[in-house]
Amino acid sequence: MTAVATTTRVAGGLRKRANVGDRVLIGLTMAATILILAMLAVILMDIVVGGARTLSWEFISQAPRDGMTHGGIFPAIFGTVVLTLLMTIVAVPAGVATAVYLTEYAPADSRFARAIRVCIANLAGVPSIVFGLFGLGFFIATVGHGIDAAAFGGRPTYGTPSLIWAALTLAILTLPVVVVSTEEALRSVPRELRDGSLALGATKFQTIVRVILPQALGGILTGGILAVSRGAGEVAPIMFTGAAYFLPDLPTHLNDQFMNLGYHVYVLATQSPDVDKTKPLLYGTVLVLLLLTFLLNLVAIAIRIRFRRRMAAAR
Amino acid sequence: MVGSALPASEVRGEKPAPRLLRRSRWLESTAELLVKVVSLVSILSVLLILVFVGKEALPVLTSAEVHKELTPGALLVPGAAGFMWQPVSDVPKYNIVPLFVGTLKVTLVALFLAVPLSVGAAVYVCEFAPKKWREYIKPAIELLAGIPSVVIGFFALIVMATWVQRIFGTEHRLNVLVAGAGLTFAVCPVIFSVAEDALRAVPDSFRTAALALGSTRSQTLLRVILPAAMPGIAAAVVLGFGRAIGETMIVVLASGNAAILDASLGHSTRTVTATIAQELGEVVVGSAHYHVLFMLGALLFLCTLAVNLMGERIVFGMRRKLGGGS
Repeated sequence: MTAVATTTRVAGGLRKRANVGDRVLIGLTMAATILILAMLAVILMDIVVGGARTLSWEFISQAPRDGMTHGGIFPAIFGTVVLTLLMTIVAVPAGVATAVYLTEYAPADSRFARAIRVCIANLAGVPSIVFGLFGLGFFIATVGHGIDAAAFGGRPTYGTPSLIWAALTLAILTLPVVVVSTEEALRSVPRELRDGSLALGATKFQTIVRVILPQALGGILTGGILAVSRGAGEVAPIMFTGAAYFLPDLPTHLNDQFMNLGYHVYVLATQSPDVDKTKPLLYGTVLVLLLLTFLLNLVAIAIRIRFRRRMAAAR
Repeated sequence: MVGSALPASEVRGEKPAPRLLRRSRWLESTAELLVKVVSLVSILSVLLILVFVGKEALPVLTSAEVHKELTPGALLVPGAAGFMWQPVSDVPKYNIVPLFVGTLKVTLVALFLAVPLSVGAAVYVCEFAPKKWREYIKPAIELLAGIPSVVIGFFALIVMATWVQRIFGTEHRLNVLVAGAGLTFAVCPVIFSVAEDALRAVPDSFRTAALALGSTRSQTLLRVILPAAMPGIAAAVVLGFGRAIGETMIVVLASGNAAILDASLGHSTRTVTATIAQELGEVVVGSAHYHVLFMLGALLFLCTLAVNLMGERIVFGMRRKLGGGS
């Protein structure tokens, strides 16, 4: 494609007309690209500039005060971190196992594997609010109530919105992110490594654990980070499954409710009687949330680029 | 599959000590079983979502208790007051038409903005951009997908709403245009990445052949590459549509949330997703309102499922036609 530029130089009249057409098209598509990049730049700049004034050690280390018009957002940061950690503990092993099954064990024409692929693709397309409904209908109303009836004599203990149910809901939501990224990484491990390992007498499982997974670590890491970043930013799935407006105490048990950065933004933006008073707090909270998710994304993309380059070089 | 041509026992060659053999065989089969069972989670999740959202939605159609408050027909057919969504009033009105129209309006505005932008950007990155730039532009657009939707919603609410009102002089500060413009941020990366894949799947031989025949770059693009990639670009738009109708936090914050049924883009509106998000928290579990909200969720789920299956089918078909290039 790089040699293309010279080929357009044809006979005089045609050349002139063709160049105009080419230039217009290149200009238009370039403008579209620049506009999208400008959107990214504008939103980032606005939030960084708006939030930087609020950001301070007090802001990230203290709890909200005076009806959430002063103070910091520490409980929301804490809740977000704990929530995403719990989510990761479930989503990453499950996602990696699924990807290992798909690439290493499933026969090429397996219907079961195809069904899994279709489900993963669809799971990625389910609206996040539907995950919220699902978490409420399944985890809280069915599993939680079941646990209460069986172990707590019907006293609402696990049948209420709580950390564990929100984390599990998010784990299902982020599962496709982990699977897709891990699968790509596993596929990029050269066949020679597998064959070499098996030829040296290693079993299939040993080959997977000691040769293939370490080789694919970059991709798995990327998937995990992207999942965390996605999970940390989601609000709709946790609205009904565990997030709370305001809590005086930090969550200590799996069945506690929790505060969350994204949800905090939503609450401050919609429920506050005086938006001008909470605007600095809002900008600060959004900036913290953005830093958290965005930096993670940046890291993931950097790892992926390096990983792909290495893979390309190895071939 | 790779590596499965030879069973591990054959590859191992010399017979190891029996104890090790037995142990590793047990480990092998257990590991495979475990991995297989865990990968069931994805299938199970989709089924459970279908069953449990459906289960709470079904009473709208079947339960006599719910029918005291509304008949299934009242969801779609206008009542005495017209197409009204007013679940919290003396006589609750549950007409879901305004909500779906709201979703559609916001989605169409978003697609109207996002399709030319993202397809244009995909064309630029694939066909025109210097290779060095390409390596920066692609991750940058991917980064846009990494911004949480509540952050985009906040930006639309605080900043974009002011711009839109200043430019168009809209009656309501939060309206279809603001929500649609906000959604564009979320939809662009989706359309871009699928469209870019589609363009890259067009074999280079198409380009070189067209250019060798004397066509200009624009002719090559418009008459050869775009037609070949068209199914993939259509799929990109379809998937972008699916993303847009399911988006919640942006429209909750930016649409104004008034369930008005009209064609105006300058008025506030209320979407299906925003309705669920705002009302489910305050609703009595098991009430008619509760079940109607689950019905909305179920309909939304089915819509996105259909849209996504369609999109994937198109992409799959195109890949096969173009010889599996990726």
